[in-house]
Amino acid sequence: MAKNENDALVLGEKSFTNRLFTGTGKFASRSLISPMLEASGSQMITVALRRVDMGSKEQNILTCIPDTVTLLPNTSGARTAKEAVRIARISREAGCGNFIKIEVITDMQYLLPDNRETLKATEVLAKEGFVVLPYMMPDITVARQLHDAGAAAVMPLGSPIGTNLGLEMKSMIKRIIEISSLPVVVDAGIGRPSQAAQAMEMGADAVLVNTAIATSADPVAAGKAFAMAVAAGRMAYLADMADEQHFAEASSPLTGFLRN
Amino acid sequence: MKIRLNGKTVECRSARLMGLVLEMGLAPSSVVAEVNLAVVTQEKWESTWIKDGDEIELLNFVGGG
Repeated sequence: MAKNENDALVLGEKSFTNRLFTGTGKFASRSLISPMLEASGSQMITVALRRVDMGSKEQNILTCIPDTVTLLPNTSGARTAKEAVRIARISREAGCGNFIKIEVITDMQYLLPDNRETLKATEVLAKEGFVVLPYMMPDITVARQLHDAGAAAVMPLGSPIGTNLGLEMKSMIKRIIEISSLPVVVDAGIGRPSQAAQAMEMGADAVLVNTAIATSADPVAAGKAFAMAVAAGRMAYLADMADEQHFAEASSPLTGFLRN
Repeated sequence: MKIRLNGKTVECRSARLMGLVLEMGLAPSSVVAEVNLAVVTQEKWESTWIKDGDEIELLNFVGGG
């Protein structure tokens, strides 16, 4: 990712100075979403499309999200590329903009993404002008193929959705960051601000955190903590920290007084 | 007439899409409608006639990650 003056991450036509993306799932009360967005400064948030609950007067979740925040509808529930494409088209027609998080899952135990269907959906939707952010199993070849298919970024998972296990996929994500000419957004499984900071220190361009914020006892504070960790991790990455070493290296001179 | 609404066969009393949304007790502003796989935007609901056998999905955005 090229550095720019305010270090913004550019996706599609939009520029994000805050590199924490958030989600609207699992909040105990939807009234927490707007204050969480304000406290964290997050500029993009995911939403999902479902059949309405007949007779329910509950307003659509979009009413809880300020206009200044970019919507990232996901294709959750899709088990094939075709279903993901259908959800994406509906979301755009419904006025959600042209960002789409592709999420195609057939494995119901670990909720791991199906890279093959994800790639197929990316090809179709990128051609239709969507800003495609595919949630993917970390795989270097697929990351390259997603690039060629027109994805705007790749979103490898840190660990399975909702597990809070952090960067189980660390080594592969690192390699994807090394080879990818697309921005890399670490999505899923990040359970602690320290894990988000670690992803950013490694050179991830952003992280997407939903469960860890939404299910904490204080999502507003948790959102802010994640945002601070992401900013710190990014700053450390840009500062190009020195490598780890096996042997000690004194920080104070060891000679010049009691020893020569 | 009978339609498929959100995956279930139901008897529909309304002639037009707007009527169906109201018949289901939904607030129109919160609903996204798809008729036979094509999205119908809200301004067209009054002029969209429902036919026997139509496959209609009434959707909305919910919390998700």
